[in-house]
Parts: sequence; structure tokens; C-alpha cells
Amino acid sequence: MQNKSIAQLAAELRLRNYSSVELTRHYLERIARLDPRLNSFISVASESALAAAERADRAIASGDAGPLAGIPIAHKDTFCTAGIKTSCGSRMLDNFVAPYDATVVERLAAAGAVVLGKTNMDEFAMGSSNETSYYGPVHNPWDQDHVPGGSSGGSAAAVAARLCAAATGTDTGGSIRQPAALCGITGIKPTYGRCSRWGMIAFASSLDQAGVLARSAADAACVLDEMAGFDPRDSTSADVAVPDYVDALDNDIAGLRIGLPKEYFGEGLDPRVAAAVLDAIKEYERLGATVKEVSLPNSPLSVPVYYVVAPAECSSNLARFDGVRYGHRCEHPKDLEDLYKRSRAEGFGAEVQRRVMIGTYVLSAGYYDAYYLKAQKIRHLIADDFARAFEDVDVIMGPTAPTTAFPLGAKTDDPVAMYLNDIYTIATNLAGLPGMSIPVEPVEGLPVGLQIIGNYFQEARLLNVAHRFQHVTHWHQVAPSGFE
Amino acid sequence: MSLDASDIERIAHLARLEIAPEAIERYAADLSNILDLVAQMEKVDTTDVEPMAHPLHMSQRLRPDRVSEHDQRELFQATAPLTEDGLYLVPKVID
Repeated sequence: MQNKSIAQLAAELRLRNYSSVELTRHYLERIARLDPRLNSFISVASESALAAAERADRAIASGDAGPLAGIPIAHKDTFCTAGIKTSCGSRMLDNFVAPYDATVVERLAAAGAVVLGKTNMDEFAMGSSNETSYYGPVHNPWDQDHVPGGSSGGSAAAVAARLCAAATGTDTGGSIRQPAALCGITGIKPTYGRCSRWGMIAFASSLDQAGVLARSAADAACVLDEMAGFDPRDSTSADVAVPDYVDALDNDIAGLRIGLPKEYFGEGLDPRVAAAVLDAIKEYERLGATVKEVSLPNSPLSVPVYYVVAPAECSSNLARFDGVRYGHRCEHPKDLEDLYKRSRAEGFGAEVQRRVMIGTYVLSAGYYDAYYLKAQKIRHLIADDFARAFEDVDVIMGPTAPTTAFPLGAKTDDPVAMYLNDIYTIATNLAGLPGMSIPVEPVEGLPVGLQIIGNYFQEARLLNVAHRFQHVTHWHQVAPSGFE
Repeated sequence: MSLDASDIERIAHLARLEIAPEAIERYAADLSNILDLVAQMEKVDTTDVEPMAHPLHMSQRLRPDRVSEHDQRELFQATAPLTEDGLYLVPKVID
């Protein structure tokens, strides 16, 4: 069951080959048996999952079932879920059960999806390796001594290990695409504003975007079809019509113009990763695409700009965690300031505290113009680079990450080295563009991701381009050893 | 850009974070390294460049000024660390 596509599972549930309760039990059994090796789940919601599966079975029997009826999925633990703990990977929210569902959660539930649980993540989505979670690191199913990538690493590992059919994720600087690449699955970060941020615990509000981690582009399209769309409750939600992503999957891609940014193939890129990515692009040429070099001259600045904008916004967003209304509170505070300071120091881990402090510094009196305003101006230049490139090409392709998954602990003492893992993904968040990662030929048994970047609201084209590649290759179907 | 212990103490206070004295040196080194990375921005000429406030250049949408939420005080306070009579309790602020 765990190797079937979402479309196959949906069809077989409707044919009553098995029930959603049986399918859900199957996944819950896999989680219980296999997840101790991965630590990809923070909460497993067996009881509510089985209740949702029963409802799905009844809906299917009555012919009134939603498109994802009975399909077991998981949510990244940054999405608020009524009745299931939402920790955001932090001690701060270890005791937090949200009083409502995020819009994304609500929409997938309305489509009939069954939520198996909440996946592990870097604390408050801050990290590139899934090692900053209060609940411990996630292990990559392809090699459990290696990281799965962050911050949606729990979702990526769970999907790769076939512990759920798909999972939600969020991407602020690459946090869907980079773990998808390192775990050998398919991940899509839609255009900024495409999926509602309401009920998603905010990290950097002008960059955060919800998306999907799935085994294939076709599976991702099934889930995104239900998630995407305008939400009046999110004031940054885009009121732009959503096409049917599944319908667009099989469009012909002959004549597709692919841009290769020369800045994405330079220093720092593992030559074996480069070779695997270029081989994949040759496959696209065989499918009728043309390839052209493009330039994104300001892209090397995306990491510095990101490490001003994201911490600045995070220091503001995380000010709400003060130990007063929800979350962790220290013992015996001697006054209000002591309550704030100790609750936050005890509740937040080291990386979160680092970023809150950087953000506080760059926004403090006398430094705003030199840092935040300057970064927002360069952000404009980065977005302009993409706009120029898209005058000549339909999509941009390159590596998702500079290397394959690195060993656990290899970069935890060097924040700057860790930050450079997202060098190819950050620019699209700064510009607000959609991006995907799909698996290509692995290097020494570890997955490699091909990144596909599209113009604004071109998710259908990205999924179509990815699907055509997956039609002629099998990398998305290979399961890690021990998780087949 | 190099930050010293007094900078770290000031930033930590602004951020309302208690920092253990033995951690200050480490924070100073980490934050200085991050600011060195960020310093690459200085060499870029941004004269006449508009700051990008929103990726889609959209202005903030406003909702109609009408009540759309009902009172859920009890539900929200169920997750609070300490409440009494519908109020959030904190240490005494005014003597």
C-alpha cells in the first residue's frame, strides 16, 4: 500500500479494495515500527486518525467523498491543529494545543485527508539540517547517520520512508525544497501568498510559504489542488485564480525554454551533484526542451540579505512568546521582566536565540537603514534578476542544494557554514517565486535534487515539467533500504 | 563587524532574553560571524532602488471593520500558564 500513488490509493479506496481504516492502520503500524530509527514525528495522532478514516469510509460509501478522502498525510508541526499538540519543534510550545486549525489543515480535512500526526522540524523552522528541534534531530532514511535537511526534515523523512502518503511543509529560505532534495522526494514551494499562512506559526512573514512534500509531482499536485487558494483571513493571501494542477500534469513540454543560471554552477557546488543535475537537464533536452545560460548576478547576495530580513522578522514574530498567554513559563519569576527573560531563554534553543538577537540588533536604533532597509533594496535587485531571466526562458533549473546530505553534527558548531546550504533556494523566497525540487540520479547512495524555479503563480507549469521528467525516470520511485 | 560582551548584553536585554555569563563570548563570536557575512551587502550600490516591502508588491489588504469573532476567552485561556477570574496573571508590576 505504501508504495502506491495518491491517485491509486484514492481509486482503490473507492473500489473498496481496502478501507481507509485499514490503510490508516497500515501507516500507523509502519510509524510505530520504523520511526524510532528516524524521529520524523513529534506527535502521532492514532485515535483522531482512525476516527477521520472512519468518517472517510462512510463518505466514500455514501458517494459524498472529497478528493483526498481517506488518504493518510502528516502536517509539519508548525501548522496549528485543534486537539493535537503544535510545538513548532520548540520547548516553548511543548505544552501548546491550538484552539483552532490552520486554513491549510482545515482545507485538507475538508478534502477528506486523514492526519496521522505532526512531523518534526527545526525549532520555529530555523535550520537547514533538522538538528535544532527540541525533540532531537531527524535522521535521513537513506543513511541514518546523515541529516534529512531542514526545516521540514521530519516531513521529508516521513514521506521518503513511506510513513505517510504526503506531508505539508513550509519554506522560508528553502525548507521544503532542500529537505526534499536530501531525502530524494518531490517538494514544491508555491508562489508567496498562494497557500494561506493563517494558523501557520510565523517565522519570517514576508518569506514564509506553505507547500507540499510528496513522492512525486503527481502526488504533490493532488494535495496542492486542495491547499491552494485565497484566504480572507490571511491579509497576505493572493486573490488569484487557482488552476487544476492535476489536469496540467500531462501537458506537452516540447519547446520548453530552460534557463541555467551560471551563478548556480560555480564554486561550492559538489561536482558530482553538478553532474547529476546536468544529466537530468540533458533528459529534458531529449524531451524537446531547449537550454540557455542565464545570469542572476545578485544571487550571491541572497544569503546575506536573507540573514537580515529573516531574523528581523523572526525577532518581531517571536516577541509574542513571552510566557504570559501560552507556552512555556519559568518557575517563580521575581518580576515581569524576569518572567519574560527566563521564559524565553528556557523556551528557545540556541539557534532561535541567535536569530532573535541578530534580528533585534539589525532593527535597533541606528542600524535599521544600514541593515534592514539595505537588505530590502538588494532584495528588489534579486527579484529584478529573475524578472529579466524570465523574459527569455520559461523555467530556471539548477541544483537544489550544493551537496548531498551531510553527517549529523558536521555543521552544528558553525552557523554560517550551515546557512550556506540554502544558497540556491533562498533567492526565490526573497523574490516570492515558486520553486520545486525533484530527485535525480543519486551520488554514492544519497539523493540529489534538481531545482525548478518558475515565474509567479506558475505552479501548474512546474508540476507539469516535473511530472514529464518523472514519466521517463524512476528516481522518485526508489525507496530507501529498509523502508520499502 | 565585531560585537563585544556589552553589545551582547544590550541586545539580549532588548530581545528580553536572559543570557548566561559563560555564553556571552560564544554569542559575541557567532553574531560577529553572521554580521561579517551580512557585510557583503555594503559593496552594493542601492542608490535609487526602492526597498521591496512585499514580494508581489501588493499593499496590505484591510478587512471590513465589523465583528467577525465571537468571545472565546475560556478556550484561549485554557492554554495559558496562569489565569484567575478570566485574567492572565503575571508578577506584580505596580506596588
